[in-house]
Amino acid sequence: MIQFLANNGNELLIKIWEHLYISLISVLLGVIIAVPLGIALTRIPKAAGFIMGVVSIIQTFPSLAILAFFIPILGVGKVPAIVALFVYSLLPILRNTYTGVKGVNKNLLEAGRGMGMTSWERIIHVEVPLAIPVIMAGIRLSTVYLIGWATLASFIGAGGLGDYIFNGLNLYRPDYIIAGAVPSTLLALIVDFLLGRLEKRVTPKGIKTTPEVI
Amino acid sequence: MLKFDHVSKVYKGGKKAVDDMNLEVEKGEFVCFIGPSGCGKTTTMKMINRLIEPTDGSIYINGENIFDKNAVELRREIGYVIQQIGLFPHMTIRQNIALVPKLLKWPEDKRFERAEELLKLVDMAPEYLDRYPHELSGGQQQRIGVLRALAADPPLILMDEPFGALDPITRDSLQEEFKKLQRSLGKTIVFVTHDMDEAIELADRIVIMRDGKLVQVGSPEEILREPANEFVEEFIGKDRLVQARPNIQTVEQIMNPNPATITENKTLSEAIQLMKEKRVDSLLVVDNERKLSGFIDIEIIDRFRKKAVQVGEVLEKDMYTVEEGTLLRDTIHRILRRGTKYVPVVDKQQMLLGIVTRANLADIVYDTIWGEEENLAASEQ
Ligand SMILES: Nc1ncnc2c1ncn2[C@@H]1O[C@H](COP(=O)(O)OP(=O)(O)OP(=O)(O)O)[C@@H](O)[C@H]1O
Ligand SMILES: [Mg+2]
Repeated sequence: MIQFLANNGNELLIKIWEHLYISLISVLLGVIIAVPLGIALTRIPKAAGFIMGVVSIIQTFPSLAILAFFIPILGVGKVPAIVALFVYSLLPILRNTYTGVKGVNKNLLEAGRGMGMTSWERIIHVEVPLAIPVIMAGIRLSTVYLIGWATLASFIGAGGLGDYIFNGLNLYRPDYIIAGAVPSTLLALIVDFLLGRLEKRVTPKGIKTTPEVI
Repeated sequence: MLKFDHVSKVYKGGKKAVDDMNLEVEKGEFVCFIGPSGCGKTTTMKMINRLIEPTDGSIYINGENIFDKNAVELRREIGYVIQQIGLFPHMTIRQNIALVPKLLKWPEDKRFERAEELLKLVDMAPEYLDRYPHELSGGQQQRIGVLRALAADPPLILMDEPFGALDPITRDSLQEEFKKLQRSLGKTIVFVTHDMDEAIELADRIVIMRDGKLVQVGSPEEILREPANEFVEEFIGKDRLVQARPNIQTVEQIMNPNPATITENKTLSEAIQLMKEKRVDSLLVVDNERKLSGFIDIEIIDRFRKKAVQVGEVLEKDMYTVEEGTLLRDTIHRILRRGTKYVPVVDKQQMLLGIVTRANLADIVYDTIWGEEENLAASEQ
C-alpha cells in the first residue's frame, strides 16, 4: 500500500481532484437548473406532476446506459460525463425543492401577499428561506450519489478515481481497486459532512429549532 | 374613507359569499363584522385589499376605486392582521415588524427605529427585537402581528379574528390594550370576529352579516337596544340583551313617573298626612310648574315640628339628581355608592320627570341575574 502510494501518490491526488470536480460541477449545474425549476413548478401544479414523472423515469435508467447514450452526441471525455451526472442530480434536487416550497405554510404566504409582497419577493423572503433545509437535504443527497456514480464516468474517459477501479478489474489488481474505492468513499463522507455544515449555516436561525414549520 | 358599492362575490362553483353589499366606513371608525361561520366576513375583508376580486360592484378608498390601483401598492397602504398571526418564523421580531417598510424601501436605520418605537407601544422590552417568533408567547406574538400592520403607518387596517386563537384572559387584556392604541392612533379599522363580546367591547359600529347580506348595521348600543330581527336577537343572545340593559337603558325607561310630591306652601301636617297616605318617608318638593326645589323627609319634619309651619321653610335643597338620558349603568353605581334611597330624574330645566328608587334597581339586578332562568322556566311550561 505504502509502495503504491509512493509510486502513484501524485497521480492519486490528480484523480481525486478530477473526481471531485466532475461531481461538483454536475451538482452545481443541477442546483442552477433544478432549484429554479422546482420553484417554478410550484406555480404550475398541473405541469408539475408530469415533469416530475418524466424526471423520475430518467432517474431509473441504468447509469452506464446514460453514459453510453451521450457518447454519440458529445463524444467521450469529461463533458459527456458531466452532462450525464448532471441529469442524475436533477431529480433529488427538483423533488426536494418542489416539496419544500410547496410545504411552506399557506398562512405565511397569504400574510406576505396581504402585506404587499410581490410574487418574487415572496419567493426570496419567504418561500426559499423556509424551504432551505429541505432543498439542502436534496442537494446533499444528490452530491453523495454523484460522487459514487462518478466512478463510472471513467468508463467514457472522464478520468477520476474510477480509472483505478476499472484498471484494477482489468488487471486483477486489488490494490488498484482499493485505491479507487476507498478515496471515493472518503470523499463522499467528507463532502457530506461539509454540506451538512453548510446546511446549518444557511438555515435561517429562527426555524432551526422549529423544523415543523415547513 | 371606505365604501362598498353594490359589491358581490360569487365563488367558482356558484357559492354567493357576498351579496350586493353597500356600506360606508368613516375615517377613524372601528367597524366590526360579525356573523355565523361562512357568512362572508373574511371574503368581504379580503376584497378590500384585493386578495379576493369581487364579481360585481366597486370598492372605494378615499374616493378612489381600488381596482384602478396596483394591487401590491394598495396592500402596502393597508395594514393586515391575519387570524393565525402569520409572523415569519425565520425573521426576527425586528425584521417582522419592519417588513412593509422594507418592501417600501425605507432605509434600514429608519426601519429599525420604527420597529423599536412600535415595540414600546405595547410595553415590550427592546430585547425582544432580536428574538424569533417561536420564543414569544401567543399573546406577545399577536401583539407583534398588530405592530407589523402598523409599521408603515397605514390609515386603514384590516384584522381577521386577530385574537381568536388566544386564551380568554390574554384576549381580554389585548383587546383593552388594542382599543386604547386605536383611540390614540386614530386608525380606521375593519375587524372581523365571531365573538359578540369582542365586537361590543371594541366597535364603534357593528355590521351583522348573514348569508352574504348585511342584516343590521349600528352602534353596539343601537344593536343591543333595538335588534333588527329575531336573527340578530338570537345572535346577540338573550343573556347579553338582559345584561346589557343597564348599559343601554336610560333612567326614564325604568323610573316611576309619578313620585310623591308636595308644594312649598303646604303645611308640615299636610306633608305628614300625604306621607302616611302614600306610605313613603320623604316627599319631593316642587313648585306649581313641577320644578324641583328639594325634598322633605320624616326626620326634617320631626326636627322642625314645633318651629315651622310651611314646607318651604324647612325643605332640604341639597340633593342629588340625574338628568334624563343618563344611562342606568351610571345611575346604579351612584345610588349604590352614595347609599341614597332614590334619585329624582329631571330635565335640563330642573323639571321633575320621575324618580328612580332602590326598588326599581332591584328589578333590574334581578332580571340580570335571574331573568334568563325565568325565561327558560317559562318556556318549559
Ligand atoms: N375559495 C373559495 N371557493 C369557494 N367557496 C369559498 C371560498 N372561500 C370561501 N368560500 C365560501 O364562501 C362562504 C363565505 O366564506 P368566508 O370565508 O367569507 O366566511 P366567514 O364569514 O369568514 O366564515 P368564518 O367565520 O368561518 O371565517 C362560505 O360558504 C365558504 O364556504
Ligand atoms: Mg373567516
